[in-house]
Amino acid sequence: MGILEVNDVNKRFGGLQALNSVTLDVEEGKVHAIIGPNGAGKSTLLNCFVGRLVPDTGTVMFNGQSLLGIKPHEINQTGVSRVFQTPEIFEEMTLIENVMIPAFAHRDGAFKVNFWGGVSEEGEVGDRAEAMLAQVDLADKKDTLAGSLSRGDKRRLELAMCLVQEPKLLLLDEPTAGMSRADTNNTIDLLKRIGEMGITKVVIEHDMHVVFSLAHKISVLAQGTVIAEGLPDEIKGDPRVQEAYLGGAHV
Amino acid sequence: MLALDKKDTTLFLIVLAAVIFAPFLLNPFPEGSELAQFNAGYPDLLQRFLIFGIFAIGFNILFGLTGYLSFGHAAFLGVGSYAGVWMMKLLTMNVVPAILMSIVFAGLFSLLVGYISLRRSGIYFSILTLAFAQMSFALAYSVLTPITNGETGLQLALDDPRVLGVSQVNGSIPPTNLFGLPMRESFELTMGGWVFTFNAGYYLCAVFMMVAFYLAIRIFRSPFGMMLRAVKSNQQRMNYTGLNSRPYTLAAFVISGMYAGLAGGLMVAMDPLAGAERMQWTASGEVVLMTILGGAGTLIGPVLGAGFIKYFENIFSKINDNILHQWFAFLPDGLEDALVFVIHPFIGKGWHLTLGIMFMLIVIFLPGGIVEGFRRLAQIGRRGTGGGKKSADAVPAPAE
Ligand SMILES: Nc1ncnc2c1ncn2[C@@H]1O[C@H](COP(=O)(O)OP(=O)(O)OP(=O)(O)O)[C@@H](O)[C@H]1O
Ligand SMILES: [Mg+2]
Repeated sequence: MGILEVNDVNKRFGGLQALNSVTLDVEEGKVHAIIGPNGAGKSTLLNCFVGRLVPDTGTVMFNGQSLLGIKPHEINQTGVSRVFQTPEIFEEMTLIENVMIPAFAHRDGAFKVNFWGGVSEEGEVGDRAEAMLAQVDLADKKDTLAGSLSRGDKRRLELAMCLVQEPKLLLLDEPTAGMSRADTNNTIDLLKRIGEMGITKVVIEHDMHVVFSLAHKISVLAQGTVIAEGLPDEIKGDPRVQEAYLGGAHV
Repeated sequence: MLALDKKDTTLFLIVLAAVIFAPFLLNPFPEGSELAQFNAGYPDLLQRFLIFGIFAIGFNILFGLTGYLSFGHAAFLGVGSYAGVWMMKLLTMNVVPAILMSIVFAGLFSLLVGYISLRRSGIYFSILTLAFAQMSFALAYSVLTPITNGETGLQLALDDPRVLGVSQVNGSIPPTNLFGLPMRESFELTMGGWVFTFNAGYYLCAVFMMVAFYLAIRIFRSPFGMMLRAVKSNQQRMNYTGLNSRPYTLAAFVISGMYAGLAGGLMVAMDPLAGAERMQWTASGEVVLMTILGGAGTLIGPVLGAGFIKYFENIFSKINDNILHQWFAFLPDGLEDALVFVIHPFIGKGWHLTLGIMFMLIVIFLPGGIVEGFRRLAQIGRRGTGGGKKSADAVPAPAE
């Protein structure tokens, strides 16, 4: 029994079958990687988990509860956080504010009118946010505007925003894209560390170095279909995977 | 002080001082002098500065923080005015119940309008609010005549019941008052050639304005205010972060509607008369101009914008060709006439033209409004004295 169970999900965009009977079983506490060439439908699949898209048919169950037909904020409140492929952050706000917002959402729920006390009096939330920024090596930039960060830094900020919520399930859409080798390694270390906190992760990644150093299990998606699934060692040698990747990233 | 940080306390105290001493500060020219027409320190205009200041502060909580641009906020001001006059007709000439009911009714109406309009964002939201306001305006003129008295506007009458007060005193309608203190009561202070007028109504407005301003500071600095800025910055991310943006925007909408209601209530507390034109789209547009001109999303900007526009409307519009001829009398006749001819379209009834040009210049060159202008001046000043601290200033402080 997985914490996230995806069963027979189909999604069509006009004439394009973006997801074709996708079935996944993500085990609690594990890192499940989804790889596949560009346009395979990886991001589309994640969109179906967070309420950005609703699949045409199929079911998505998280912790025994359906994620279909409920709003994005409700999905998040059940413990699902996502890092997007193009960073979704609050560009006009400072880094510390970017991390405090999810921290408030985690503590106070989806809506709370708290207009009397100042943000500056929220020491506990502020401290948590700052500690989280330190974890992703951004603490020294806490008062700069998020929009001024490099792409790699934006990603790490977004990761901090997700982690501060202590999610049960973390969805990562290419978390190291645009990062230097050193930053990539730091991020792998960070993700490994949070792996020890028991957070289940679904990671989409083109960088095979990242995939093979993190994943417990890998699903290969091509043209909307899961063409292979298994342990990293099994996937490495699978000829179908080599085939799907011809011209794409190298395995 | 007041549980605000040092910077906000300073700002608050400066505004407080400016409001208290405005009857002095805005009357710099002696009576009877040529420049006396530029004096703005008379009760009627001073009251308007504060009332529209309140309106704009509230509007800014919605527009400045969440980025939702309402084109219908004058409707809430109008509803507040009608509610206020009705309280005076039915209950008492004491302005307290009138003002309270203005806020309540505007709040309820904005809850309805906001609930529906906020189903859409961007231009569609703006159009929905505009449609609501124009509908209210049209209804006030037509089918709602029993409540609004149509074109004539809602007025007090000698036979109003006023169950907690009296219908008339010596054959005339009693004045609006605060527990017996008439709002029109003024105290005149003559100092040399200067005459300063201190008006009871103005100081009542001042109290409400300072409370409204204080509340706005608290909102700006609170977690709630941070969420409202998050709406403006990235509503998608907010929702994927587990926050429901809809009730946040609705709360901001209703709060700003209540500010508008308070402004409407104060208007009738000063002058017990409510007309439908107060709800027209031009009035809604005016508060948008005030906020942008002063600096949307800043604390003090909307107040400055309101003051700026009201000053223009009341002072610039009074200047006519005769006055210009007087000013330029020292020039040779031909030059004098030419100059007056050139300036003519910009003054008197042409004040809209001047205001429009200034608005365009500000939006193009100072997108942050008057406040940004001040900030740049301060920066130049600081660089001039050597201590250029650019990076810290380049970060647009969310509120100042
Ligand atoms: N909202 C949408 N409307 C129409 N077509 C879409 C939509 N979203 C995705 N697609 C299409 O579906 C296909 C799968 O897209 P998706 O973004 O899921 O690919 P991906 O596997 O994430 O690729 P990449 O590695 O480039 O991110 C693509 O052909 C894309 O153009
Ligand atoms: Mg993708």
